[in-house]
Amino acid sequence: MSAPRPPSALSAARAVLYKELTLERRAPQTLTAMALFCASAFVIFHFALGRDEVEGALASGVLWVTLTLAALLGIGRSFVADREEGGLDGFLLAPAPRTALLIAKATTLLIFLLIVGVFASLLFSILLLGPTPNAAQWASLALLILLADLGIALVGTLIAGIAIQTRARDLITSILALPLLIPLLIAVTKASEPLLSVGGGTLAWRWLALLGLYDLIFGLLAYALFDYLVED
Amino acid sequence: MANTEPAVVCSGLVRRYGERRALDGIDLTLGEGQTLVVFGPNGAGKTTLLRVLSTLLRPSEGDASLLGSDLRKEGWKVRSKIGFLGHQSLCYGDLTARENLRYHARLHGIGDAAARIEAVLEQTELSGRGDERVFGYSRGMLQRLAICRAVLHEPQLLLLDEPRSNLDPAAIEQVEPLIGAAVGRTRVIASHDPAGGLAEADLVLGLRNGAATLLAPAAQVTTEQIAELYR
Repeated sequence: MSAPRPPSALSAARAVLYKELTLERRAPQTLTAMALFCASAFVIFHFALGRDEVEGALASGVLWVTLTLAALLGIGRSFVADREEGGLDGFLLAPAPRTALLIAKATTLLIFLLIVGVFASLLFSILLLGPTPNAAQWASLALLILLADLGIALVGTLIAGIAIQTRARDLITSILALPLLIPLLIAVTKASEPLLSVGGGTLAWRWLALLGLYDLIFGLLAYALFDYLVED
Repeated sequence: MANTEPAVVCSGLVRRYGERRALDGIDLTLGEGQTLVVFGPNGAGKTTLLRVLSTLLRPSEGDASLLGSDLRKEGWKVRSKIGFLGHQSLCYGDLTARENLRYHARLHGIGDAAARIEAVLEQTELSGRGDERVFGYSRGMLQRLAICRAVLHEPQLLLLDEPRSNLDPAAIEQVEPLIGAAVGRTRVIASHDPAGGLAEADLVLGLRNGAATLLAPAAQVTTEQIAELYR
């Protein structure tokens, strides 16, 4: 055997990402739970609001509150497999850069959120949404989902990294993540509102810019803090 | 016993959990190729000592160096040289044994891992069940897989917490070429087996409430002295 050389952050991140996706493929619990939650939430909103169709600000609110709460399920399960039989220790014992874990965990969460985002948007348009968005509006909505999900994935991984070291990890995820996600939720609901209105509208670029800025800030924060959070 | 270059040096090592001192000022020097066996009742600090030496826990006070690197400042340097075996396997239940070992091989930057993986699986007689998911393994099989994982990257220093627990006599023989004294690696072993532990020790450390109550060359220690630690 040739002498081992510490892997680069990208190489280690690929290993962790492959492991994460294999685990979810073998036991698809997280994606199933998130998708089922979205479907149930839309049915509850349908009866709670007493409406067959929603549009505009209400539609935007229903869609993004549902996606955000579904994301909490994914965030809460980020490190579950790592706690059982000490998988996180296995990573920490390796000479791999800790950033690799952040990259892999955030990418995994982003993939799950994107899959659920597409599923939930289509389901929402069938079950609750009044107006039918045109191709340009669907494209704008897809861009919003991508930017919002990137922010949720970064904040979620950061919070999950804090929570894993605590005993009250299930509580901490919701308590810390929701307040941090409020700016993102405001920006994405405001940006989505014209796309989901009767008569249609265009994307408000300032909200999009705010989402981009949010992603950048939390990306840098996560990069700077994650090493300290996952280590003792 | 190989040469006497210190592989492990601890000086006033303290680890606190809140107010409680799980390790209370441990001083020891272990030469390269030597075996330190740590005895002590449950909660004495054996596992904490191993976790501090493995870089999983930071010392609260004091210094420690492993293979010439300061544990506080250069923990990243020693990780590739350490093989850690704790109470958990550090393997994922929904992955197969081969997948788990491939994952750890990639994290350790082992280039041509396939042959090494097959070699350790063969040695522990897990080769035939290497493509089964680990959650179906017995405790003994899981322990053998954990040993494979711990030695996969051929570390210079082995930190072993009760390495033969859950193993039957045949399995103990199987893992000897991987973790036994004949391998020539420096070893720190936590044990509850006075006779067995003493037989493979060069140095004996007895812990009680985190403090070292016994530290002596194995030749000067009797099983009665070790048994006394548990009374």
